[in-house]
Amino acid sequence: MAHLIDAPRPVAAPVALDALCPVEVTDLTMRYDSLVVMERLTFTVNRGEVFVIMGGSGSGKSTLLKHLVGLRDAPPGAVRINGVDLASADPAERRRSLRRIGVLYQGGALWSGLTLAENVALPLEELSTLDAPAIAEVVDLKLALVGLAGFGDFYPAAISGGMRKRASLARALALDPDILFFDEPSSGLDPISASRLDDLILAIAASMGTTIVVVSHDLASIFRIADRALFLDIAQRTMTALGAPTALRDAPPNDEVRRFLTRDSTSIP
Amino acid sequence: MPDPRSLMRPPNPASVELRLQGDALVATVSGRWELDGTAPRFAPLVDAALSAGEALNAADASTDAPRGPISRIEFNEGALDAWDSSLLVFLRQGQAYGETHHWDVDTTALPERITTLLALASVVPERIVESATPVPAFIARIGQGGIAAWDSTRAALTFVGEVAQGFARLFTGRTRMQWRAFWVVVQSNSSGALPIVTLIAILVGVIIAFLGVVVLERFGASYYVSYLVGYGMLREMGALMTGIIMAGRTGAGFAAELGSMKITEELDAYATLGIAPVDHLVLPRVLGLFVMLPLLVVYADVVGIVGGMFVATSSSAVTPTQFLTGMRDAVSLSDAVLGVVKATLFGGIIGFAGCFHGLRTGTDASAVGRSATSAVVLGITLIILCNAVVDWLAASWHI
Repeated sequence: MAHLIDAPRPVAAPVALDALCPVEVTDLTMRYDSLVVMERLTFTVNRGEVFVIMGGSGSGKSTLLKHLVGLRDAPPGAVRINGVDLASADPAERRRSLRRIGVLYQGGALWSGLTLAENVALPLEELSTLDAPAIAEVVDLKLALVGLAGFGDFYPAAISGGMRKRASLARALALDPDILFFDEPSSGLDPISASRLDDLILAIAASMGTTIVVVSHDLASIFRIADRALFLDIAQRTMTALGAPTALRDAPPNDEVRRFLTRDSTSIP
Repeated sequence: MPDPRSLMRPPNPASVELRLQGDALVATVSGRWELDGTAPRFAPLVDAALSAGEALNAADASTDAPRGPISRIEFNEGALDAWDSSLLVFLRQGQAYGETHHWDVDTTALPERITTLLALASVVPERIVESATPVPAFIARIGQGGIAAWDSTRAALTFVGEVAQGFARLFTGRTRMQWRAFWVVVQSNSSGALPIVTLIAILVGVIIAFLGVVVLERFGASYYVSYLVGYGMLREMGALMTGIIMAGRTGAGFAAELGSMKITEELDAYATLGIAPVDHLVLPRVLGLFVMLPLLVVYADVVGIVGGMFVATSSSAVTPTQFLTGMRDAVSLSDAVLGVVKATLFGGIIGFAGCFHGLRTGTDASAVGRSATSAVVLGITLIILCNAVVDWLAASWHI
């Protein structure tokens, strides 16, 4: 799906989003107060690919995701989303940029006081110019895309964990984002539900051309969906591998990556 | 202010060309389809074209296929530029239109990416459960309300029994006191609560004194304003206002704290280990308030009386000495003790209401808020009820 850049002000010539790097991270250091979690993170995500951020528990995967979606401030120039530096962008530009992304949170984060249909409709009501009947049709489409046609009147508490995640995906898809971020999509799901969510991720990437960034440590899911994967090494406090998961498994650049991708729990000699 | 994107957008809006080809209505989609509310809608477009007929007939004239009644819709790709959900919505409108008119819908000529998404959207969910529960009749709703009230009352009485059993276990050494939790409650309801208690107590003393000065001056009895302030603060307002503040502050806090623990399954962890949550969570909280509320009330009494004395001496002819002397004549130790007794009862009520609703919290995020609200409402209601009962008993026993 092609889109035009959501530029802050009119420019002489339109710049297609395809010409911009969807996610660009340059020498990012992540810290909690004075504690450095990860440093020297530099990578780009290609348009239309499924990119996985992997690493052990506590390696800073979710923190990195928060930097990418603007929930945590990064140093100026460290994180660019569709060419926009979130740290230095003015508030309006930042809002426009964030509008072009969708996020699926680990627990779904559906608004519990709203039905599934209302959850999906809310971003459209607030951020689009569609009228109510058009919004209802888009909501039906999004819920149908994630296999929840007919569940619009349900409240989040009344459905299963897998359905909640899919409903959350429908909400994330509401505004046809260019980039979708997933935080541990398979956590808390049974294998069938997790596999179904993987299918959805692949279908969205292939059919809608959406760039997808996934934080995960689920190896089955990583090998199934990832075009490329980034490994955050908790011991070295930086990224130590970037490439296709199978290539990393077959020719691991270091022992930590090998142990992670082969589930090797033996201690380092 | 125009959307900056519109200034960059090429003038190539979403469009649909309709033509008849044999028994097929061929819809060719072109242009840029965006979720901005400008995309065409299938039914009005086709209805208008079919009723006009001219465009369709003109298009159809170029074909040699025999004309008959329409029995299918064919979607084709024209000069299709960018597209998003608006195109999918349009195609689904076409599918629905075809279904209504019993026409076949053929989308195979569209790009694979589009047909994949249409196929994905047409997958039947694994199961659809009836979501809408029938609304019961008025009489049934009254009955259900009564049953719910009875269930709540029974649950509250059961909880009182569980707390009493917990205290029995505590005093007979069959369970250990969680002193850390107890001291947290003590700290929270001592130095943590002093600012708000000070403020409210001073203001209550001031209000009572103002009322007394205004009313008693008319009868030349300003001297007796100390009676009002002393009697009012010690017997009634000190305990009542402190209780209400603590119900809103600490009772709601207990409910939210325990409610969050319920949602994160911490309470289940106690239960599966065979540990009574009451012993670990409720006893230290209730005991902490038992101890601290009387002390807070004594403090509030003193602060309120000082506030009242300040107003009485500054806005009437009463001197501080006259005020204190008058108060000493008017009130006795039993008045102060009555206030402290009330405070002890209020402490238990607040702890009970907060913990009761906290432990009964539901599983969704808004449940914590509802529990906190219910705890405050129940706490304040029971405090006022208890105050009335104690006053009635005190009057009966001439205290």
